[in-house]
Amino acid sequence: MDSLGVYVHVPFCVQKCAYCDFLSAPATREKQQAYMKALKKEITCESSSYADYEIKTIFFGGGTPSILKAEDIGEILDCIRKHYRIDKDAEITLEMNPGTATREKLTALKKAGINRLSIGLQSADNTELQMLGRIHTYEDFLKTYHDARETGFHNINVDLMSALPGQSMEIWIQTLEKVLALEPEHLSAYSLIIEEGTRLFERINEFPPIPDEDEDRRMYQETKRILAEHGYQRYEISNYARAGRECRHNMIYWQRGMGHTADYVGFGLGAASTVKNMRWKNTDDMKKYLLAFDGEKAQEIKEDIEKLSENDCMEEFMFLGLRMMGGVSKSEFQKSFGQNMDDVYGAVIQKWIRQGMLVQQGDRIRLTDAGIDVSNVVLADFLLD
Amino acid sequence: MSQIDQSKIRNFCIVAHIDHGKSTLADRIIEKTGLLTSREMQDQILDNMDLERERGITIKAQTVRTVYKAQDGNEYIFNLIDTPGHVDFNYEVSRALAACDGAILVVDAAQGIEAQTLANVYLALDHDLDVFPVINKIDLPSARPDWVKNEIEDVIGIEAQDAPLISAKNGVGIEDVLEAIVQKIPAPGGSADNPLQALIFDSVYDSYKGVIVFCRIMEGKVSKGTKIKMMATGATADVVEVGYFGAGQFIPCDELSAGMVGYLTASIKNVKDTAVGDTVTDAENPCAEPLPGYKKVQSMVYCGLYPADGAKYPDLRDALEKLQLNDASLFYEPETSIALGFGFRCGFLGLLHLEIIQERLEREYNLDLVTTAPGVIYKVYKTNGEVIELTNPSNLPDPSEIEYMEEPIVTAEIMVTTEFIGSIMELCQERRGRYLGMEYVEETRALLKYELPLNEIIYDFFDALKSRSRGYASFDYDIKGYEQSELVKLDILINREEVDALSFIVHKESAYERGRKMCEKLKDEIPRHLFEIPIQAAVGGKVIARETVKAMRKDVLAKCYGGDISRKKKLLEKQKEGKKRMRQVGNVEIPQKAFMSVLKLDDGK
Repeated sequence: MDSLGVYVHVPFCVQKCAYCDFLSAPATREKQQAYMKALKKEITCESSSYADYEIKTIFFGGGTPSILKAEDIGEILDCIRKHYRIDKDAEITLEMNPGTATREKLTALKKAGINRLSIGLQSADNTELQMLGRIHTYEDFLKTYHDARETGFHNINVDLMSALPGQSMEIWIQTLEKVLALEPEHLSAYSLIIEEGTRLFERINEFPPIPDEDEDRRMYQETKRILAEHGYQRYEISNYARAGRECRHNMIYWQRGMGHTADYVGFGLGAASTVKNMRWKNTDDMKKYLLAFDGEKAQEIKEDIEKLSENDCMEEFMFLGLRMMGGVSKSEFQKSFGQNMDDVYGAVIQKWIRQGMLVQQGDRIRLTDAGIDVSNVVLADFLLD
Repeated sequence: MSQIDQSKIRNFCIVAHIDHGKSTLADRIIEKTGLLTSREMQDQILDNMDLERERGITIKAQTVRTVYKAQDGNEYIFNLIDTPGHVDFNYEVSRALAACDGAILVVDAAQGIEAQTLANVYLALDHDLDVFPVINKIDLPSARPDWVKNEIEDVIGIEAQDAPLISAKNGVGIEDVLEAIVQKIPAPGGSADNPLQALIFDSVYDSYKGVIVFCRIMEGKVSKGTKIKMMATGATADVVEVGYFGAGQFIPCDELSAGMVGYLTASIKNVKDTAVGDTVTDAENPCAEPLPGYKKVQSMVYCGLYPADGAKYPDLRDALEKLQLNDASLFYEPETSIALGFGFRCGFLGLLHLEIIQERLEREYNLDLVTTAPGVIYKVYKTNGEVIELTNPSNLPDPSEIEYMEEPIVTAEIMVTTEFIGSIMELCQERRGRYLGMEYVEETRALLKYELPLNEIIYDFFDALKSRSRGYASFDYDIKGYEQSELVKLDILINREEVDALSFIVHKESAYERGRKMCEKLKDEIPRHLFEIPIQAAVGGKVIARETVKAMRKDVLAKCYGGDISRKKKLLEKQKEGKKRMRQVGNVEIPQKAFMSVLKLDDGK
């Protein structure tokens, strides 16, 4: 029996944030209902392809999935349960924004089967939240967080962002400490990336100055130090967890190759899938998506379909695996591809070890702290010609 | 053809400053004499390379024969020889002029005489050509033909009061020009009965016919079967075909005789055998002596040409070989650079010639090139008495072995409106110019004369001249000779490693300034690496300038969620692709354009 991770995309939000380049927009209830209908049909239609799989993780991402009613989430989960086999210990995560769920809704979500919450806080400073275009205050977050704890959620992630416009080290540490006091199981802390097409990118001059690279890196290093003091291990470039609380769903994306293979399928608008070395993406055209599931028979919505070659798989094994602080294993590489990692990447690995960006420990190769800071440069080197 | 009356032939060329309408007038002459209808005319027939049309200059001499029925009722044969319009090709121009009996001087009615006008007209007068002026662009609102007429008489000293006033663009006044050609340009001399003596003024390579030699028959005659000899190169061959020039085509005929302009083919495989300026004679009945004025063409400017993709080296070699078939003045030999790999050291007549070859290689042969800083030929006198002609700075001997060095000097004439005299003089001083004098051509314009080292004008002198005179200055030069000079090799060290392809020879006094500018420029061109990169300029191992490319501190994709791996991979691929266009020197990746951007260092005050 193969393992499967399921991603469900909810492309709705109350309001687009200044830094957001994800597929998401505000929508009416009618639109949401039409989308729900199509989504359930897609899940149903696709099920025949996954008869031999057991679902290990489900992740509702967005957008703001918590904008949907608890019943909607329940219906989707019921639909999955009806057509797929699900591990009884499956990790089922819902992304939510503070202020989008009452205590009642949280209770209903828990009942529907959600057992992990990922709350997008980003900052504990209300001025920063407003600047980013977030719809909530820190106090809204506190309420949601406590409600979630009290309704029985024992696995919670909090998203935070460092290197925000105008942010000082002091403010960032305050945010960290406020959140640490709440003892979430998991923390995602990324340093802000200004993506093209976002409001932040277009109007960068209207925002306070962004911390320079050196300050950005200091914040990142401080984050690691402070979180380690509180018992959180960095296990991926931007992710920290208490022991055993790593996000299993995201690990599926990062761990490629045999030995710990799980395939993943994405349902909904623009969702990406990788199954048995086939990769595709659903259309990101909402009209097309809705129409596809309107009639008797579902229409094709898969785009950019590609078969991963041996080289593609080796590349991904390396550049995704190295995002994990545990790095990549030579023996797993050998098992997956029947080749010695050093025969393929020996020169590249040695080059970066010499420059202090990679380090070898026994069977494993991993990024050093310095290597993380410039990981794109290092990882790009693992692409084969 | 033998019945052609020599007195009804007119061999002439048109001389002008760039943009004064030389090629347009040539087109009108061809059109009016009925060789082509205007519908068949492609703009500027004679400039038939794409590059020539784009740049509005003639690179290769072109020739066309037309027949004109004059007002006296007779038919005249016109051989119009269009000459290259740039100082780089002065020798070719001089040979084309030698093939003519007269010249039309075209002067822009608004701009009047420019530096090239003077240079070209003097060149024509030196060849004893009868020159008559025409005043073009009289349709321009700013045209002032009477003023220009006076200027021509005052400055050049040729009669201009009855000069045809024309607009070549609009076809106005062309008849007057045609009549003037008949009346003012003399018929060719020479006799068909003398031994063959023909001047080669150009040649092109044709893959079927071999070299097609463009020539003016001064004495004697030539036809199919004549065994010919090139007097300077000594090459001999049997003539396969003779003919004259249609518009864009070769028209065979039975014989070429004294006074005529035409071509001959003789299954010659290499343009080197048919050097421009050489004399063709009958091997069995040779003329007593060759025509005067033959010079071996010498490359003035050298640079390294390297394929951006090392694997394209054989393609570059093939392309250079093909270009050389048609261009005897292009020189190349293989060389190796530590930074750039395998490539060629190439010699050119001048910077324009270099740019043209570079562009043709890129366009016609689809090659991506890295060009090193162009330099001139330096003469290195060694202590052991040996003299080296240095074309590649990397080959400069150790200073301890050098007695002294010499560099080529040019005599330059710069025409400039009086308001810019100051800034142009300043430019010439900066470029180590030696002031020779200044003449006022008229109240508002002066002709500045300077001696300048060639290596100071090959980079960006022309650009600097234009930018400091708001485009008004014009410029022409002649090679004067070699002079002893305090020269040093400026080396560039990137991350403490010398980059051979960036070394160049510079005057001792300019070394610091140039070194500083190079470092500044390279600092902007070299991307940040994971480590700090010092960029140093050094002379004889002593660092004279330094800049630093700061280390990159952050390049990380913080967020990698949602399983859309393709997008992340594309980002990494882009990063890797960028690296491919770089040259690795030690640990440092240098973008290819860095090797070229350092050529333009004038800050254009």
